Amino acid sequence: MKKIIEVQNLVTKFGKNLVHDGLNLHINEGEIYGFLGPSGCGKSTLMREIIMLEQIKSGSIELLGHKIEKIRSRTAQKLRMQWGVLFQSNALFTSLTVAENIALSLKEYTKLSADEIKDIVAFKIDIVGLKQFDGTLYPSEISGGMKKKAALARALVMDPKILFLDEPTSGLDPISAREFDTLILKLRELLNLSVVMVSHDLTSINTTLDRMAVIDNKIIVAEGTLEEVKQTDSPFIERFFNEGLR
Amino acid sequence: MGSSRKVRLAIKHEEDFVRLKILGNPGVECVHVIAKELKTALDELATETIMWDLSELKQMDSALALLIVKDIQRAENSEIEVLLSPMEHDVEKMMNMVKEHAHFDSTFEPQDKGFLQSVGEDSIRRLKDISAFFGFFGKMSIVFFNSFYDLRHLRWKETVFEIYESGIKALPIVALTMFLIGVVVAYQSASQLKIYGANIFIVDMLGISILRELAPMLAAIIIAGRSGSSYAAQIGVMKITEELDAMRTMGFDPYAFLVLPRMLALMIMLPILIFFADIAGVIGGMLIAKVELGLSPSLFLDRFVEVVKVKHFWIGIVKGPFFALLIATIGIYRGLQVKNDTQSIGFNTTKAVVESIFAVIICDAFFSIIFTNLGY
Repeated sequence: MKKIIEVQNLVTKFGKNLVHDGLNLHINEGEIYGFLGPSGCGKSTLMREIIMLEQIKSGSIELLGHKIEKIRSRTAQKLRMQWGVLFQSNALFTSLTVAENIALSLKEYTKLSADEIKDIVAFKIDIVGLKQFDGTLYPSEISGGMKKKAALARALVMDPKILFLDEPTSGLDPISAREFDTLILKLRELLNLSVVMVSHDLTSINTTLDRMAVIDNKIIVAEGTLEEVKQTDSPFIERFFNEGLR
Repeated sequence: MGSSRKVRLAIKHEEDFVRLKILGNPGVECVHVIAKELKTALDELATETIMWDLSELKQMDSALALLIVKDIQRAENSEIEVLLSPMEHDVEKMMNMVKEHAHFDSTFEPQDKGFLQSVGEDSIRRLKDISAFFGFFGKMSIVFFNSFYDLRHLRWKETVFEIYESGIKALPIVALTMFLIGVVVAYQSASQLKIYGANIFIVDMLGISILRELAPMLAAIIIAGRSGSSYAAQIGVMKITEELDAMRTMGFDPYAFLVLPRMLALMIMLPILIFFADIAGVIGGMLIAKVELGLSPSLFLDRFVEVVKVKHFWIGIVKGPFFALLIATIGIYRGLQVKNDTQSIGFNTTKAVVESIFAVIICDAFFSIIFTNLGY
């Protein structure tokens, strides 16, 4: 299998606070990969480093064949068009309607006509399970679950290769959360996506993730499939999988 | 992702049909090339059978799939036969998915309003705006009088913090600006007064204009730009992040905790700022009087005591609390008007500054008329 992301000896420091002390992991093409760990262990930071929102201190991250620590701004821009990011708080632009939010990248980066853009937007709205009418609404007028879907449609608009999800099911009710899991699995199947997500949700960890990395005490304590991770001897893993399921 | 140079739509007339073949590997950023070529080709293809040849594609973008599916639908609607070549599994999957999920008849454009409707809606919105302002003012007055009924209810800590934040911290900029205004006004008038040999009258001129008008106005405008905008933005963000709602549920009245301290702080501090602005302005004028007109500071001050009556100073100071009340109410009101989107923060902050400066100037005009008619 082809590696699409490879992290080597990654060290992250905020001031005096050492967050990551030499992380190593890789993510294969077509996988749904999860970052797990107690809160404050730097899962989201790791994701932000991979999508180039945060500078890395030392070590290297290779993304679709490019080393991002010495990337040129044009290459970086090209890379950014090959992934979609769904933020924890959705980060929809509040002054634009859902349809305008989704259409933004198409308007900016392609020379497609308004009519063609509209067709693509309508398609993406349908594929994430929103109604066409929802496209005319503003983010403040729709529910949390719909916002998630709208943000997902925006992340998918350029047909990305990789989808980054930061706690996608947090703030959703259990039914919407399960729907979201199903949606992710379906989209992976349909669009040949690779998905990287930060998650706390045990059910979604069980049902969606192919492989995962557990970060605790600044290092990766376990990496691999769910079975492999569960067999690792670590107090966090013990508590997370056993007490959480009771 | 292929480069847009290699991407092309090849049109080939064969025995039974027209073959439309996609060459290259178009990503979403070069689908427009194919869209354009397809459009120009459409006129020629009016009646013939079409054969879409997708056999060379390894994978397909949803934008391209949408384009093709839309064209197939169009052709079938005008009863033209459409054939599809065999294609890769991924491409077929994409085509099927697009067929299932496409909506070519959706519109996301807001409906156009008629002239009458937009005028009507705008008028009603403005009327509501005015009534909302009075509602706000009423509620604020209730809290105001309640707090003075029992002084323990007043949030002294917040008030003192605001006095420091929007009063004392503004002192340097107010004093510096007023000093420069004093310099500029003195400089301009000095050259005029020199012509008539009326050097000493610069004291009368500066004294009255600075104490009565310039210092209060300038201090108010700086505070409107500095604190009016920050009140609007801060309270606006607190509204978006539901902090105001949180305060309400915990039993902290936002009016008592946020509104009143800010209002009081400005009402206390603006007269004091005006006092310092007076000093800075007069010093600026005095400097120029010495440099340009050779008027020594002691002579300047002697004359100052003689001709500038103390009422001018008091008139300037008295304006302070009124200006402060206007600036604080408008800033806070605009903050509370923020809706649930980020753009309205910018909109309302701008409005807060523009409206409060405007209100201050109107108020000043009223004071001018009143004081002149009262004989001051």
